Amino acid sequence: MTYIAKPKFHHPGLTKNRLGYTHRDYEGKISTLCAGCGHDSITASIIEACYELSIEPHRVAKISGIGCSSKTPDYFLGNSHGFNSVHGRMPSVLTGANLANRDLIYLGVSGDGDSASIGFGQFAHSIRRGVNMTYIVENNGVYGLTKGQFSATADRGSKSKKGVINTDSAVDLVAIALQLGASFVARSFSGDKTQLVPLIAAAIEHKGAAFLDVISPCIAFNNHAGSTKSFDYVREHNDAVNRLDVLTGREPIAVDYAPGTVQVVEQHDGSKIALRKIDADYDAHDRVGALAFLQKHAAKGQIVTGLLYVDPDSEDLHSHLNTVEQPLNRLEADVLCPGSAALDKINASLR
Amino acid sequence: MKPTDISAPDYFHKVVDCQWACPAHTPVPEYIRLIAEGRYSDAYMINWKSNVFPGILGRTCDRPCEPACRRGRVEENPVAICRLKRVAADFKDDIKSRLPRAGARNGKRIAIIGGGPASLTVARDLAPLGYHCTVFDQDPKAGGMMRTQIPKFRLPDSVIDEETDYILGLGIEFKGGHRIDSLKKLLSENYDAIFVGSGAPRGRELDIPGRKEAAANIHIGIDWLSSVSFGHTDKIGRRVIVLGGGNTAMDCCRTARRLGGEDVRVIVRSGFEEMKASPWEKEDAMHEDIPILNFMVPIAFVHNNGKLTGVTFQKVKAEYDAKGKRSLVPSGEADETINCDDVLVAVGQENAFPWIERDCGIEFDKWNMPKVDPKTMGSTHPKVFFGGDAAFGPKNIIWAVAHGHDAALSIHRLISGEDVQERPLPQVHVSSQKMGIHEWSYDNDISDDKRFKVPHRDKVVALKDIRAEVELGYDVKLALGEAQRCLNCDVQTVFSASLCIECDACVDICPMDCITFTQNGDEADLRKRLKAPSQHVDQDLYVSSDLKTGRVMVKDEDVCLHCGLCAERCPTGAWDMQKYLIDMTHAGTSCPSRARSAA
Repeated sequence: MTYIAKPKFHHPGLTKNRLGYTHRDYEGKISTLCAGCGHDSITASIIEACYELSIEPHRVAKISGIGCSSKTPDYFLGNSHGFNSVHGRMPSVLTGANLANRDLIYLGVSGDGDSASIGFGQFAHSIRRGVNMTYIVENNGVYGLTKGQFSATADRGSKSKKGVINTDSAVDLVAIALQLGASFVARSFSGDKTQLVPLIAAAIEHKGAAFLDVISPCIAFNNHAGSTKSFDYVREHNDAVNRLDVLTGREPIAVDYAPGTVQVVEQHDGSKIALRKIDADYDAHDRVGALAFLQKHAAKGQIVTGLLYVDPDSEDLHSHLNTVEQPLNRLEADVLCPGSAALDKINASLR
Repeated sequence: MKPTDISAPDYFHKVVDCQWACPAHTPVPEYIRLIAEGRYSDAYMINWKSNVFPGILGRTCDRPCEPACRRGRVEENPVAICRLKRVAADFKDDIKSRLPRAGARNGKRIAIIGGGPASLTVARDLAPLGYHCTVFDQDPKAGGMMRTQIPKFRLPDSVIDEETDYILGLGIEFKGGHRIDSLKKLLSENYDAIFVGSGAPRGRELDIPGRKEAAANIHIGIDWLSSVSFGHTDKIGRRVIVLGGGNTAMDCCRTARRLGGEDVRVIVRSGFEEMKASPWEKEDAMHEDIPILNFMVPIAFVHNNGKLTGVTFQKVKAEYDAKGKRSLVPSGEADETINCDDVLVAVGQENAFPWIERDCGIEFDKWNMPKVDPKTMGSTHPKVFFGGDAAFGPKNIIWAVAHGHDAALSIHRLISGEDVQERPLPQVHVSSQKMGIHEWSYDNDISDDKRFKVPHRDKVVALKDIRAEVELGYDVKLALGEAQRCLNCDVQTVFSASLCIECDACVDICPMDCITFTQNGDEADLRKRLKAPSQHVDQDLYVSSDLKTGRVMVKDEDVCLHCGLCAERCPTGAWDMQKYLIDMTHAGTSCPSRARSAA
């Protein structure tokens, strides 16, 4: 653990975003994770994405559970709201917060233990309800905090640091998110920020449940030969289907790629994603095709990364429930509690 | 780009900006760390070895190190390196036992002309090797311009006495009050080598109407200062004009304030910004209620039957041609006469070698300066060497010291029968500072403090006594605070490509965005693709060999804080913090040519 604080000085030539902030303004405390942890790269990518989107830090709520991954919200967006919940309960807390105040940007940060084991049910229901959030799983396939047992996302046949072979089947959170109706599903790798940063930015801009599975090597317990979540393994088996450019603001789109290789996806808030196809056969609007593609490649030992599915016409929980437009904290008491006459009316309608 | 060769002695030397900028290459961060530890004597000895006059330079140095200091690129002000040097001198214990002793006499005799910083450096470097050094000076005491031209309120005699005595105590023969009038005669005395460190002793004249008639109240700055220094002059008129914008002018005006000058003004031809005086000297002058008027060219001394009454100035403005060359042209405003009782002329200094016969084997150039090899300090006469202001015209003390070291090395090699042109490479030591997983043998926590001000004596008191030192120096607590501002630029970030797993931890933690992993390219191209813009192309890029993914690591050395967080966050030890020390080659350094240790 690094004991000194990160120096306040920054490069004198740092660029500023629309709000006048540098990327350093989106940092949190110094990381207490092991040196070289993939999670720190995801932290840096979240910082970069929020900086690029010129997000006001006080408009963000970062919510997490328990685990190495769930510690990371302390390391980014030091001026944002945060809630470090019970193990596996991030999705529930996030859903509740979102219902109370729909105006905030919700960043759910979880790990493979938090989401694929103890919080598996919570994860599933927040996705199927379409909560408007960015749900990031920092997936290292191992229980780092308890010294390296296989997690539920460890591939069958992969080897632990001690040499034990995993005999259980792996939970593929991406496949499950697709099945459960997530309207934005992506997978990326902590060691590839050029892919990861725009994916996070696009997920934040997305309205609805955006799920992002980020493979993040555990430097202490899962970065050895025989691991399928090590830097070397992921680099060798990474099959990126596309690359993104997130275009914010109102500038006209100018992309200089060969025709047919770029697809522009417009999201709800008017922001646009330029999707550069790497695999010409891959269609990011086909949920069923995505599932098949994913499983076909998984069988070959390949890790499919990129924006795997996006529904440009997505909806979220609030539109399903037809809730009031305003966050609850901005409603006056007489609106929130209209009195016994209104209650009587409701009761009568249910008789 | 090719992978950076960090074993080249200059590569890491350049990263230590202060040391690289110092003509004598004083290991600045090393002594500042010792000051922070309270090891003042050790800090003093490091300085003494490299710049010979720590107490004097700690008060008067021109500080080329400070504009170079990396801290000045990170926040507003560099570390107060010069004043920390003074701290080492002020708080050291008795260091006499740590000084070298006169070496066993080798029978070789060296004549040294002038007793200033360059000459004393030569004597100090050569005496411990057994040379018999004889220093000739026209003044009774050693020190040269340090003693005669720098006012006592900036540099007390006691400091000069102490540091010149350390050198003269090495068995050096000092012949004070002995002026050399003929080099030919000296050559005939069969010295094994002669060093000329006679300075730039002539103040430049200002030949404008009235100069001769009003001569009684017009003084040449450096002559007047030395007359004050020796106590021959102890008063001046109430209204004084100082002409000139260099450090001598600043010394003149502040001295005049202490000798009865109540209305003292400095008047310069150029603009205030282009003045040659160091910014801090201008500040000190203005603090003593001395206005500095600019863009005024003196055109006549006004007098009443030989009694000076004032100076007439033409008003000018600066104009720049297409090449950016400045010229001063009349502004069209009316000339202005400023009344005064005395004028001090400090418009420059010149060399004068009337005592060097032009047929004794020393060639002079068209500016009437001796032809001197800047590497060896040798003249066209094999046995005669030059240094200090005598070599290339007026510079400053630290340059004189650097010249002295080089000349002493040349003299030693000449007399040892070695090639004077061949200069042994410096010794370089690079050693890891890692003590534990997150422990380093230096304090890597970066201080946010702004530059601490040096306490000054109360102005009213200071102006009453010409010998009362104005600057009081840092106390121990201020010195510690200022020392902590040093970024330890000599503790280098050393990268091993073979250990790197490209996890990005260093990129993510670096507070200054110095590190980029990218495809290789030529330098101009790489500079465009760095994580943070490259603002100073004179600062090197540290480029690794190819990594596993085919990329390279590129580090812009420019604003690295040397905080070591890259090494702390590196899981494989691909980054290490290694202290780089370079020992400049002085006379008698026992290292064979081309042999050195390196990273």
